[in-house]
Amino acid sequence: MSMIRFVTPDGLPAFLAYLSQNGRRVLVPVEKPANKRSVVFEPWQEGKPFTLEKATVPAKEAVLPQCETLVRYKKTKDPENPSHVAMSLDDTPEAQPTVVFACRPCDARGYVVLDRPYLKGPYADPYYKARREQLTVVTLTCGSGCNTCFCHWVGGGPTSPEGSDVLMTEIEGGYVLQAITPKGEELLAASSLAEGADMFPKAEAARKAAWASLAPAPNLKEAPQKIAARFNDTEFWQNQTDRCLSCGACTYFCPTCYCFTITDEGEGLSEKGGQRLRSWDNCMSSLFTREASGHNPRMLKAFRMRNRVSHKYSTYPENWGSFSCSGCGRCIGNCPVCLDIRSIVLAAMDDGNDDKNGKPSTDK
Amino acid sequence: MPVLNGKELRIVGFLCNWCSYGGADTAGVARATQPTDLRVIRVPCSGRIDPLFIVKALLNGADGVLVSGCHPRDCHYAAGNFYARRRLEVLKQFLPVLGIDERRFEYTWVSASEGQRWQQVVTVFTDRIHKLGPAPKLEDPEPLLKIADMALTSLRSLGTGQNAALGELKEAIKAKLPELDCVIGWQQGYDAAHTVPLFMKTPEDVDKLVWGPFNVNNPAVYLPSFKGKKVGIVVKGCDSRSVVEQLQENLIRREDVTIFALPCEGTLDMARVNQELGRYNKIDGVAYDEAGVTITADGKEHRFCMTDFAQGKCYGCTTPSAVLADTMLGQPVKVEGEAQTPPELALLDSMSLDERLAFWRGQMDRCLRCYACRNACPMCVCRDYCVSDSRDPHWMTQNDGPKEKLFFQTIHALHLAGRCTGCGECQRACPVGIPILALRQQIARAVAQLFDGYKPGLNPDDVPPLLGYEVVEKNIHERDWK
Repeated sequence: MSMIRFVTPDGLPAFLAYLSQNGRRVLVPVEKPANKRSVVFEPWQEGKPFTLEKATVPAKEAVLPQCETLVRYKKTKDPENPSHVAMSLDDTPEAQPTVVFACRPCDARGYVVLDRPYLKGPYADPYYKARREQLTVVTLTCGSGCNTCFCHWVGGGPTSPEGSDVLMTEIEGGYVLQAITPKGEELLAASSLAEGADMFPKAEAARKAAWASLAPAPNLKEAPQKIAARFNDTEFWQNQTDRCLSCGACTYFCPTCYCFTITDEGEGLSEKGGQRLRSWDNCMSSLFTREASGHNPRMLKAFRMRNRVSHKYSTYPENWGSFSCSGCGRCIGNCPVCLDIRSIVLAAMDDGNDDKNGKPSTDK
Repeated sequence: MPVLNGKELRIVGFLCNWCSYGGADTAGVARATQPTDLRVIRVPCSGRIDPLFIVKALLNGADGVLVSGCHPRDCHYAAGNFYARRRLEVLKQFLPVLGIDERRFEYTWVSASEGQRWQQVVTVFTDRIHKLGPAPKLEDPEPLLKIADMALTSLRSLGTGQNAALGELKEAIKAKLPELDCVIGWQQGYDAAHTVPLFMKTPEDVDKLVWGPFNVNNPAVYLPSFKGKKVGIVVKGCDSRSVVEQLQENLIRREDVTIFALPCEGTLDMARVNQELGRYNKIDGVAYDEAGVTITADGKEHRFCMTDFAQGKCYGCTTPSAVLADTMLGQPVKVEGEAQTPPELALLDSMSLDERLAFWRGQMDRCLRCYACRNACPMCVCRDYCVSDSRDPHWMTQNDGPKEKLFFQTIHALHLAGRCTGCGECQRACPVGIPILALRQQIARAVAQLFDGYKPGLNPDDVPPLLGYEVVEKNIHERDWK
């Protein structure tokens, strides 16, 4: 049996203090008070309040920051010999040992989705790799389903261990922490948390209860083929996306979206130097595919949303064998017009060839 | 290395080529002694100066910005400085809401022959900036997070609109539908406590139309994308102002748009409703009464009284009935009293300049630059060609610091000067709840003060104030340099 530890709510700050030893950055959910309050991940500091709620923004920045410097470059003139110009270049990845604390199973599965293209393709991305190798994920399992969540549709669940190093479950009076990977085991072993094996049955019961609270999920096995078959059905995509505003909320709040753009900024030719930045980009923007000639192969928002849905439910599965959606529902909850990816996928699958009056069969 | 390194401050001057630049030259030729803090950027006309130049300078470390152009009625291009005067005055009144002291920005008029006056202007302005000292930087203060007080009284009675003539409206739409490409309205969203925009093309679609406090989206945002087509739109009072503003700016044509309206009794602030509901699996049902709604989620009842849970804009709304409509059903709603300062702006009014800077520092930190605010705005018409995306010129860096994010909000707000009807969609759309509406509200207040109570979106024949000028401005007084 894996290593099990127990911590009371009062013991959490001390545990976080332990996690932040040796220069480790601990990202914890922090509440941002506003009339529309939100929860975002921020580096933990002694005495700073934190929450264990599901965050509005996933902890994707731990491996893929909103903006990072890939290369800094600078030209320096030799004062003795002005015709001699030296070029210096620094491409060390910005990576710091990091623990993500109390993300949810959908966030943790997000890292697994990102790992495939960034690490398992023909080239591993050195920047992503440097951060990923130094990342430890402590996940809090969910106690119930939620109106916009659908993790169990796409192969996950409220207690899924995939992508997590430690799985933490709330029980009466505290939290049971279960090591999932050797990294998690090491982390728990070196901590001063109490042994929790006798509490584990309670955690298992809580996890079962979480699953029991979920609405039945439809079977999405056929989704990749059926969505691919819809590719040329422009009318379908236009009807599904008529209310889309083409903003980037769905992609930027997604734990599995990984597209980026690269920009050279600064003054590369002067002594001030310049840098090459990598920042998030999103396929909802017209600029994403606009070519230098001015031609844009995805001029309509319908084609852009088609790309988003097809990528998550058809082409990514074709390449890597699983959906690139962890069902966190943030694209639904954060969308200004509540565009619902669940209903697009179901409508795309509804081609009238199913047994039950064209409705996709449900699988409990 | 400047001789006065450490003693100088950074002042940026934007000077018109035809007058002030010559005036500065005259001062130089006459060997007039001047402070050396000013760094001059020559522009073809003060009308060329986009207020964003000034904000960009101030956010990026300038301690002061001076704009100088030709005297009014003496513009090389006839009217450039008349337009500039309105823009720059609005900007001057806008800056304090960001936490920037308005005295750090000044605009004036100096002709090419006025070497002495130039000397005086530079000396007085530099002196003023030295008295103010180096400008505080957005990155420096500890983030300050404060919440607007939403305990408000409404100018009219708020309700749930369940007695509205929805059935009649549906008939009216169905009758008109054959002539129209589609009619935009609302339908139920993923559960009974959410609505989403509806595009009605068939009579069956019309049956999906709903009316009530969940109709928060502003359907006018879609209208410009239908330009040239015959479309219908169902509006609340606030939405109708967006439609009128679009007509004022020729973004849509009156003969193409058919407006259907019902009197609005207020809409719910879904952010506060969702917070109250918390995490739930399923909405079991929504029950309406005259004063509010009761939402049952996972078997638990939650009561939302309209007077407590309406959107901030609804309390001060003076146009619950559409200001322009082809088909208006029901009785106009009575509004009593004058609108007060909206809650978001009242919060900023209560803060010092330093606190405001700390406030925006704390708020902008969590912006992800998803641009939901921009895309939900019915007056944002550049769409796919926004300056925030432009690479040439490279207006905004891709850096994710609070400065860049606040700069974008400033761009949005200033582009809306005299155009924003205060529908609040930008703020409602923000997934992380940044109270950006306050920036627009401050500009709206400045515009109303400067242009005799002008409010955008009330009359299709009005010219938006920043698209016009008066040779002698009634409320803009030129400042003396003594």
